[in-house]
Amino acid sequence: MADLINLTIDGVPVGVPKGTLIVDAAKRIGNDIPVFCYHPKLKPVGMCRMCLVEIGTPKVDPATKQIVKDDKGNVVIAWQPKLNTGCTTPVSEGMAVRTKTPVVIEAREDVLEFLLTSHPLDCPICDKGGECPLQNLTLAHGPGVSRFDYADKQHNDKHVPLGELIFLDRERCIQCSRCVRFQDEIADDHVLQFHDRGRGMEIVTFSDPGFDSYFGGNTTDICPVGALTTADFRFKARPWELKSTPSVCGHCAVGCNTSLNTRTNTSTGTLDIKRVMPRQNEQVNEIWLCDKGRFVHHYTRAAERITRPLIRKDGKLQEATWESALQLISDKLNTVPGLRVAGVIGDRVANEDAWLFKRFLTEIVKTPYVAASPALPAAYADIARASGLGVDADFKQLGKGDVIVVVNGDLEEQAPVWFLRLRQAVVDRGAKLIVAHHRSTKMHRYAHVIARYQPGLAAQWVASNPAELQGLKDARNVVMVFGDDTLGPPNARALASGLAAVLREAGQAGKSNSGLLPLYPHGNTQGVYDVVGAGERAQTADVAWLVGVGDAADAPKAGFTIVSELLMTDLAKSADVVLPALSAAERDGTLTSGDRRVQRFYAALPALGEAKPDWWAAQEIAKRMGANWSFPDAAAVFADMAAHVGPYAGLSYAGLAKIEAQWPPVGRDDLYYGGTVYDNMGGVGARTSPGEGPSDAVAPAEPTMEALTRPQPALYRSGELTRLSDVIGKRLV
Amino acid sequence: MNLKKRFRAITRIPLGFATVLKQMFQKPVTVQYPEEKRPMTSRFRGRHNLKRYDDGLEKCIGCALCAAACPADAIWVEAAENTNEVRFSPGERYAKTYEINMLRCIFCGYCEDACPTNAIVLEPIEFPTGYTRESMIYTKSQLLESPPINVAATPQQTPAGKYDRAILPFPPVDSSV
Ligand code: SF4
Ligand code: SF4
Ligand code: SF4
Ligand code: SF4
Ligand code: FES
Repeated sequence: MADLINLTIDGVPVGVPKGTLIVDAAKRIGNDIPVFCYHPKLKPVGMCRMCLVEIGTPKVDPATKQIVKDDKGNVVIAWQPKLNTGCTTPVSEGMAVRTKTPVVIEAREDVLEFLLTSHPLDCPICDKGGECPLQNLTLAHGPGVSRFDYADKQHNDKHVPLGELIFLDRERCIQCSRCVRFQDEIADDHVLQFHDRGRGMEIVTFSDPGFDSYFGGNTTDICPVGALTTADFRFKARPWELKSTPSVCGHCAVGCNTSLNTRTNTSTGTLDIKRVMPRQNEQVNEIWLCDKGRFVHHYTRAAERITRPLIRKDGKLQEATWESALQLISDKLNTVPGLRVAGVIGDRVANEDAWLFKRFLTEIVKTPYVAASPALPAAYADIARASGLGVDADFKQLGKGDVIVVVNGDLEEQAPVWFLRLRQAVVDRGAKLIVAHHRSTKMHRYAHVIARYQPGLAAQWVASNPAELQGLKDARNVVMVFGDDTLGPPNARALASGLAAVLREAGQAGKSNSGLLPLYPHGNTQGVYDVVGAGERAQTADVAWLVGVGDAADAPKAGFTIVSELLMTDLAKSADVVLPALSAAERDGTLTSGDRRVQRFYAALPALGEAKPDWWAAQEIAKRMGANWSFPDAAAVFADMAAHVGPYAGLSYAGLAKIEAQWPPVGRDDLYYGGTVYDNMGGVGARTSPGEGPSDAVAPAEPTMEALTRPQPALYRSGELTRLSDVIGKRLV
Repeated sequence: MNLKKRFRAITRIPLGFATVLKQMFQKPVTVQYPEEKRPMTSRFRGRHNLKRYDDGLEKCIGCALCAAACPADAIWVEAAENTNEVRFSPGERYAKTYEINMLRCIFCGYCEDACPTNAIVLEPIEFPTGYTRESMIYTKSQLLESPPINVAATPQQTPAGKYDRAILPFPPVDSSV
């Protein structure tokens, strides 16, 4: 890059873009300037003074305005008389910084000595202990001894609930304001604030319910001490005792990268998830998670899980062996010729399950009736893919000159982490935001242009060539987020095709950062529809097989129903055979996010009972029906899928595990950003190409009562899985 | 072998016999353990004891630092939260599960060193023995000492504000030295 600013830090030259702060410039050359209040994802405030360094600039002769050089021709540096904060000072040409001189070292010792005067030093019972920036920096830079009297410490409340999810320990807080700034700058839920001053300063929440935010869990990650803890993980384990397994959140279309932290639970003898932490992936979730993704994991070990196959005998579902269940199903499918078989694949299953089921049903059973559930995205998943973002799309590059259009979707409720990231593109980087919806959403706060229409008339609005969507030709890129709230299938399709047409007419189609972004209901809607396609739905069937289907309306009426499920849903209760499935925490596989990124997740827990992955059940029955399939593991199934499903061609299972260096480096060897599991060891995944799709215009239809009265999408829907979470089950709407 | 060496070897034999003969008339050092026990030094590192404060509360705060320090990976701690109604130890955290696998333990005493509250102490009490592997995993109830006479065991109901701190203040550091 041409406009690099050159400076030296401890004599080491470094060139960084204009506007870079000294601490970040130092980071580039591996010089860790300690920080507490600074966080690379937040704006600097200079509150803690931990990052004090000596700063000098080239000396300029006031008379000639020339840079002064000494006899040897070296630039003379005018050192500032006092230390300055490296976290708030941007670099300038020729700047010199000293970070290891005695005065800097003494300043660090003094700052730490002061911070610790009112710190309780109860690391042994602190949940941050072991991954605590204050611990780390005290060891690295602390004075080792304090001149203050231990008995003189100020004692404050140690158990202050900020709402039911997050607890505050007032003593441990070092008043860095990272939590306050996260809520203000990133989440835009202004529910935390400082109260009082000096030693009495404390964090307070003033929302009702307390700490009312979907993103509160993130503050416990970035808090540099153990002042903020989650109700979920409080006193559950020490960080070093946890085993960390890379995973992917499947609760919305974002596909956040997570680390599942597990430890044995002696009372049950099983391995349990103790906490879910973000795994850094700057392309997907950066270092954030929403509270649903973080706290909903309890279903993986819920007592309600199905652990053995069930077969209906004498009108009641009774436990059976896999052998008898598989035999029963294959007999059923094998014997009667001309049997009408229908398969429905839910969008909560992994790509591997969806693919092997589809292959089983079309190749072995030879039935045309294979469909996905929920049914609504079938109306637009193909358009969303074909007109989707480019392969190299990057939300971080959206900014000045770009336009983000949100139509009929509530980003915060439907894709919380996309909300954070797109909001930053608008608020921090100057992208233009157009919001169209029949009701208010949080995204309306930042909108430059707001359009309203009657509920259910989103497609009509787009088709009417509205003034709000004019002038997109001049935009650098256009991202169009859309949802299916209050729309029936014809209108959802009309909306997607209408938006795709607007993109094409504005000349935006095909650009890498332009395209449609659908707000799907679950984490693998795109993947399941990639595999199944539009599918053919049967209303009635002789045998129906439902794999991970949540909505009873998607199930055909059948004489014999097979259900593969995690929990005893209503569909499972009325089934003839129930096969126990594995949650994503117990198996390997891939999910495809709403922006078509295919990501791998890994088994963190052993299988519960006799549960098996759904693809295994499909393969076993296929074998009994004469197929010579032998897929030993998810990798083999994925390879088969990549060979058959267009958009996945060329992807390799191993390639999805590729790790890319992430910037800024958070966690890992860093002593000061906290958290030990940000490191992305599971791979960053790969985005599939949009491929070819329909470009026909679809005319909007009359809204239907059924669509208009559907419940409004909300993050804490009264879903089966969410209900089982001890902590957020209470917040269900 | 030369003559001198051979001569010396021969003279040693009766000396050896003499020593054996002498020992036959001495008191044997063998004790009939476990019926009979030998006195141990007061600092002998025998089986662990989980200590209590005088008011009956457990010293252990469930921090698992002993488990982290243990070179044999013999200790398993699971913590939980105290309330004023159900209190096991001072402060917020206590050990819900505390187990030591005595077959793994090498009695090094690192756990004692790591403990911030001096809760775990290797005492000069008899060496743990057992017939099964399971019985050699000592649970919290086996390790915990009994409360002082006339003092209630845990959990206790305690007044609010009295036991806020897990780690009690130690004397101020004299920075002049
Ligand atoms: S609670 Fe944590 S993040 Fe918030 S100000 Fe205190 S130390 Fe900083
Ligand atoms: S934003 Fe979506 S993918 Fe990310 S953690 Fe929340 S529910 Fe999971
Ligand atoms: S004495 Fe040593 S080996 Fe035994 S439990 Fe303690 S730390 Fe572990
Ligand atoms: S015995 Fe000591 S070191 Fe071990 S958990 Fe209890 S308080 Fe912590
Ligand atoms: S003042 Fe710079 S990190 Fe806090």
